Amino acid sequence: MWQRETFKKIKQIPREEHVLPGTALCAGCGGLEALRLAAKVLGDEVVYVNAAGCFTMLAAYPFTPFKGSWLYTTMGSAPAGAQGVRDALDVLIAKGRLPERENLKVVVLGGDGSTYDMALSSTSGAITRKLDFYYFCYDNEAYGNTGMQLSPATPYGARTTTSPCSLQHPSGATREKKDIFEIWRAHKPPYIATVAPRYPLDLEEKFARAATFTGPKLFLALSACPTGWLYDPGETPEVAKLAVETGLWPLKEAINGAVTHTYIPKPKPVEEYLKLQGRFRHLFEPVVQTEAIAHIQERVNAYWEQVEKTEKAV
Amino acid sequence: MEGEMMTGNLAAAWGARLADVDYIPAFPITPQTEIVEALAKWCESGAMAARFVTMDSEHSMMTAAGAAAATGARVFTATSSQGLLYALEVLYSVSGWRAPLVLVNVSRALAAPITLEPDHNDVLAARDSGFLQIHAETCQEVLDSILMAYRIAEDERVMLPVIVNLDGFYLSFTREPVIMPDLQMVKAFLPPFRPAHLGFKASAPHALGVAVLSGTPYSYFRHQMHLAAMNALEVHREAAAAFEQLVGRRYDVVEGYRLDDADDVLVMTNAFASKGKAAVDVARAEGKRVGLLRLRVIRPWPADAIRHALQGRRAVAVLDQNLSPGQGGILFQEIAACLYHEALRPRALCSFIGGLGGKNLSEGELRTVFEQTAEAGVQGKGIGPVLLYTEAEHREMVQLQDLATEHRA
Repeated sequence: MWQRETFKKIKQIPREEHVLPGTALCAGCGGLEALRLAAKVLGDEVVYVNAAGCFTMLAAYPFTPFKGSWLYTTMGSAPAGAQGVRDALDVLIAKGRLPERENLKVVVLGGDGSTYDMALSSTSGAITRKLDFYYFCYDNEAYGNTGMQLSPATPYGARTTTSPCSLQHPSGATREKKDIFEIWRAHKPPYIATVAPRYPLDLEEKFARAATFTGPKLFLALSACPTGWLYDPGETPEVAKLAVETGLWPLKEAINGAVTHTYIPKPKPVEEYLKLQGRFRHLFEPVVQTEAIAHIQERVNAYWEQVEKTEKAV
Repeated sequence: MEGEMMTGNLAAAWGARLADVDYIPAFPITPQTEIVEALAKWCESGAMAARFVTMDSEHSMMTAAGAAAATGARVFTATSSQGLLYALEVLYSVSGWRAPLVLVNVSRALAAPITLEPDHNDVLAARDSGFLQIHAETCQEVLDSILMAYRIAEDERVMLPVIVNLDGFYLSFTREPVIMPDLQMVKAFLPPFRPAHLGFKASAPHALGVAVLSGTPYSYFRHQMHLAAMNALEVHREAAAAFEQLVGRRYDVVEGYRLDDADDVLVMTNAFASKGKAAVDVARAEGKRVGLLRLRVIRPWPADAIRHALQGRRAVAVLDQNLSPGQGGILFQEIAACLYHEALRPRALCSFIGGLGGKNLSEGELRTVFEQTAEAGVQGKGIGPVLLYTEAEHREMVQLQDLATEHRA
C-alpha cells in the first residue's frame, strides 16, 4: 500500500504562491492548477524551459507569473534546452564562475502535443543522457493553444476540430491515447508520476519524492480543459476528480521502472466523466453510442484488471 | 614551410580549443564529423576544460548550444548542410536570445539529390537568421576566424551568434599549413566570456525568449538585432586590427586580390576563391586587367566595402556557388542591390552559377567567365544567370542518363 510520507494533511501544503495570478491562460485551466501546486514544492529557484503550447502564454512580455526564470525554446526541443541550461550551470559552478547558491532546478514545461510527438526525440535523448531535470507535461489531450485539434494524447471518442464526429466516424477520435508513461518508463528514468490537480496531496507528495532523485523526473499532469473539453470553468475540479474516480486517469508512479498505483478508485462508470464534457456529447445525443461508450469502459476495466494482477503479485 | 599541416576541420577544432570554450553539444554529419571527433578526444583527455555532449539531433544540439550560451557559458558547435537546415528553426531563436555562440558550418550541398560535396545553399539558407556569417578560404583562416568570431559575438555592442563557414572536402579534408597562434596572444585577444546581460541564476531571475503579443515589441526587438548586426562591422574592424597587432595576420570583411587597376572584377567566396585567384593570375599573365573580390563577411553585409571595391569598374561578375531556383545567384542579388545607388557603378553586372554540389571549376570555365564579363562590360549589358558546365561534363551526364534508362531499350 502506497503511503504519503511528507504530505499527509492539506494544511501541510505551503500557502506561499510561486506562480502568480493574472496570466493569459484560460479560467479554470487544470494544467495551471497542477503547475501552481507543483511549484509549491519546486519553489522559486527554478528555470522553466518551455515548449510551444498554451503555457507559452504564461510569460508574455513584459510580464511573467514566476519568481523564477524562464526560457522559451521551440515545440520540439525544450528538453534539449534543459540540457543546455543544466550543463552550463554545472560547468560554470565547477569552474567557480557561478557560486553554488545560484544553482537552479531545470523544469521543462510542455503540452501533450510537444510531449507525445514532436519533442519525443529530444526527450528520449535527455532521459538517456540521465539529465538531471524535471519534465512537467500538462496533458489536455489535444493541441489546445491552436483551438483543440487531435493530438496523440486525444482519447478514443473525443471530438476535436480535426477529429469531428461524422457518419464515417461517429465516435470522433478513432485511435487510442498514446501511452507516453510507458514510453518514458522504457527509458528507465528514476522517477515518473501521473498527477491530477484535484488530488493535491498526491501531487505534492510525488514532487517531494521526485526531489530525492538525481536524473530525469517526469510528470504527466491531467489538464482538465474547460475551453477545449467544453464544460464550465468552475467544473474543473469535478472533471479532474471524475477522470480519476472513473479510472480513466490512473494516479501512479514508477521508481526506476517499478510501477505503483498511488490511488485505487472504486470505479464509477465512465459515463459520469464523459457526460460532463461537450467533447463527448455526441456519444450521448442525438442517440446514445452504446458501443463506443462500452469500448471506453472495457478498456478502463482491462487496465485495472491488469493493475490488480501485477501489483498484487508483487 | 611554416606551420603544421592540418585539415580545415582540425583547424576548426583548434579554433574552439584555443578559444577555451566551456561547452560543446555535438551531432555527427559528413563532412563536419572530424571536428567533433577531435573535440571529443580533447575533452576526454583533459586537454580541453569543456563539457562535450552528443545530442539526439542538430535541432536539439542547437537548442542546447543556445540555452547554454544564454546561461553564460562559451559554446561551440558544428554542423553541415541537412544538419544546419534541421536546426534552422532554432537558429532564429538563438539569435533572438542574443546568445553569442560560434557555429562552424562545413558547407555541403542540400538534398535532393542527396550528395556530400559542397555548395553554399546550406549556409545561405541561414542568411536571414540573425547569425553573423564569416566565410573562410583557407584552413588558417578557419582557425583565425573562429577566434575573431568569439570576440565579435561577445562584444556588448553585438551579442549575436556567428557562423564560420568552410567548404566541405575542398577545405574540410584538405591539409594546409596552419600557424598556431600563441596561447598568450589568444588570451590577450579574446578576454574570458563574462556576459553582463545573460545568465540564469537564483539571485537574478529573468525570462528569455518570451512571447510578445503584438508587432510593436516584436518589431522593436528584431530591429535591435539588425542594429547589433550592423554594429558588428565596426567591431569586426577593431577585432581585425587587434588580431593583426597580436597575431600578425589581417582579415577584413572583404579581401581584394589584384584589384588595383582591374577593369573587370570577379566576386567569389570561400575555398573556390583560390581557384578564382589562380585564374586571375593566368589572365593577368596574358595582359588582362582583372581582379577578384572575395566576400568574407556575408552578415552583416559589408555594403560600403563592396561599393568601394567595385565602383568605377567596367564589369563585375558574381560567381555564386548556390542557386535559388527561379531566381539565380543569391549573392548576385545582394551585390546588385548595393551598387544601385553608386554613381560610378560598373557598366555591366554578370551572374554565373558554378561549383554546385562540389562540381569543379576548371581554368577554362573561369577563362570564359572573364571573357564573357569583359564583353558584357564593352556592351554595357550584363548577362546571366549562366550555369558553368563544360562540354565534357555534359557528355558525362548524357552517359549517366543513358545508363539510368538503359532497361527501356
